[in-house]
Amino acid sequence: MVEKLTFTHPLSKYLRVDRLPHIWCEGCGNGIVLNCFIRALDELGANLDELVVVSGIGCIGRIAGYVNVDSFHTTHGRAIAIATGIKLANPRLKVVVISGDGDLFAIGGNHFIHAARRNVNLTVICVNNFNYGMTGGQLGPTTPLDSITTTSPYGNVESPFNLAHLAASSGAVYVARWTAFHIHELTKSIKASLKRRGFTFIEVISPCPELYGRYNKMGRGVDMMNWLKRVSEVRHGCDPAKAEVSSSKIVVGEFVSVDKPTYDQLIYQLMERVKGGSSVEGGG
Amino acid sequence: MLTGTHFLQGNAACAEGAIAAGCRFFAGYPITPSTEIAERMARRLPEVGGVFIQMEDEIGAIAAVIGASWAGVKAMTATSGPGFSLMQENIGLAAMTETPCVIVDVMRAGPSTGQPTKPSQQDVMQAKWGSHGDYEVIALSPASAQEMFDFTIECFNLAEEYRVPTILLADGFIAHAWERVVIPPPEEIKVVERKGPEAPPGDRLDLVPPMACFGRGYRVHVTGLTHDERGYPQADSVEVQRRLVKRLCDKIRANADRIVKTKAFALDDAEVVVIAYGAPSRPALKAVKMARENGLKAGLLRLITLWPFPEKDVIRLSSHVKAFIVLEMNYGQLVREVERAAKGTAVTLLSKLGEELHTPYEILRALKEVC
Amino acid sequence: MKKPTTFKAKLKIVEEFCKGCDYCIEFCPVDALKRSERPNLRGVCPPKLKDEGTCIACGLCERICPDLAICLER
Repeated sequence: MVEKLTFTHPLSKYLRVDRLPHIWCEGCGNGIVLNCFIRALDELGANLDELVVVSGIGCIGRIAGYVNVDSFHTTHGRAIAIATGIKLANPRLKVVVISGDGDLFAIGGNHFIHAARRNVNLTVICVNNFNYGMTGGQLGPTTPLDSITTTSPYGNVESPFNLAHLAASSGAVYVARWTAFHIHELTKSIKASLKRRGFTFIEVISPCPELYGRYNKMGRGVDMMNWLKRVSEVRHGCDPAKAEVSSSKIVVGEFVSVDKPTYDQLIYQLMERVKGGSSVEGGG
Repeated sequence: MLTGTHFLQGNAACAEGAIAAGCRFFAGYPITPSTEIAERMARRLPEVGGVFIQMEDEIGAIAAVIGASWAGVKAMTATSGPGFSLMQENIGLAAMTETPCVIVDVMRAGPSTGQPTKPSQQDVMQAKWGSHGDYEVIALSPASAQEMFDFTIECFNLAEEYRVPTILLADGFIAHAWERVVIPPPEEIKVVERKGPEAPPGDRLDLVPPMACFGRGYRVHVTGLTHDERGYPQADSVEVQRRLVKRLCDKIRANADRIVKTKAFALDDAEVVVIAYGAPSRPALKAVKMARENGLKAGLLRLITLWPFPEKDVIRLSSHVKAFIVLEMNYGQLVREVERAAKGTAVTLLSKLGEELHTPYEILRALKEVC
Repeated sequence: MKKPTTFKAKLKIVEEFCKGCDYCIEFCPVDALKRSERPNLRGVCPPKLKDEGTCIACGLCERICPDLAICLER
């Protein structure tokens, strides 16, 4: 047990230092996402008092407890719905959802597609590690075909989601995919999505050497990172439908970048239009 | 702001009550027989600078309400049985994170899809015990369109005062009843505003701590995990779990006397007491009056607060009354609480399942049988 | 990686934060790091510089470290 360490990281103002070191396993990509996220905040000079990080349940869900901003570690699958309420009630706040593939796309899939459809002004970062880590490595909605997990012990027969395609076809205004190896590109994408208005989505393919990697004989974290490095192919502007994720190729890059009015813009415009009126004066 | 005397449906009165209480966020999902609340809020909220959103399901609706509340805005959702079931996990989250919010449940006949247009009182136990774990909520039971207005305001006030999810447990009769509703001018309506913190959090919290909402510089961490006073997860600490759960429950239990409201009619010398809440309390009043005219020593205890259960009223009465008659539009739910508090005094249940409301004559007959 | 002409940064390793994933060692573009010999409280040997002169202060290690255990003091 490591306790009471003095932490003198130059970016410590972005972290709840007294919560560190974090709970994630050796080689887990979650820490890299945290690292890139706080660097993006730093490089943008983000106002930390107007930023809210919302997470769901799962390993990456604990990220909300590590960033030194207003943060909400919600129920399983509901991060986006809760973030929607936060954003609409106070549009001044920048609201970022950081969660996992199982949380956002299995139990929380409905909220994801509808928030994207409405173009709720949220940044959503999905750390996709191909399985449920917190519960010990079960099959998830992104687990590749034939993969071994504790609930697909004979190999996965379910087709995985292409998250970037799902996001784009649901209406996201910005869609990017990187891996935990692409630290510079990921940081750049996080910055880009934080600066944009609308439903922005970044998928980060991330190593889980402790569970997914172990069950599928992918070696240590460094081996998984080398695999991500080897098979990744940067194709900006690629049609998300064709942006494959397989053991031999992972298409990464910024796939979608369009402008659309956001839900909070529209709803507050509507409010301005009808404000002060009364549709019920003098009757029911 | 709407004021004056209006002929309103119970659901519309509820929406107006919410607006009068300062509610400026509503998230919902259509479901009979509560839909008119969402419809009215969709029309009315933008007029007063509030946000209405129809979510993709009831889980999303309660989740958005919790988010809005943490963003500093009074928020509400409205639903009915199946939707109320879907909301339970996040009602637990609201209790755990001490999120003030109001949930209106217009009860219809279940289980499952049941009879959507038939009124019931079948969610009474679910309102208290529906989410997992030990927690407390407050639930009020209106019996008129006027009370749909008044009690919605009261729900917001209690939610803010105790930082707790508060449930307006209406039934289909009251929610769909069109009645005269008097809406007082805003200055005559008591509205409780949220208390924010004035200092950093200390080691120990008051039973009801002030709430540091998002965007105010407090960098607050909110989690459904067992957490310490700083808001940090303490998933393994027995001490923190004990301290937190006790406080979450005790802030309601210790304040039960201040929260609980009942209405008494002819109880002073009553030998048989009818206990009713919601719609059945209306025929109950009529029946007790008729019984008195017939020389029977009958009385009525009408429960306004269902949770925390007004057990002191029942305990007090049980020392001298012969019997209780409990009216419920279910197969026996709150009657269990009455039996618990009655400590041996005879308790009879008059149950209605998907039928018409109890008639005064039925109740009178039951009174005659036990008197 | 373009090599800057002067290096005004010092590599700082928070040894007790290191979980031993070796990402910094593996992906350092100039192979400037290696494992030290002394284990930390977790029982893993944190990285250390092979020699002061090799590091080009590119910052890759501080960005790729999942445990926020390396930083450059600029």
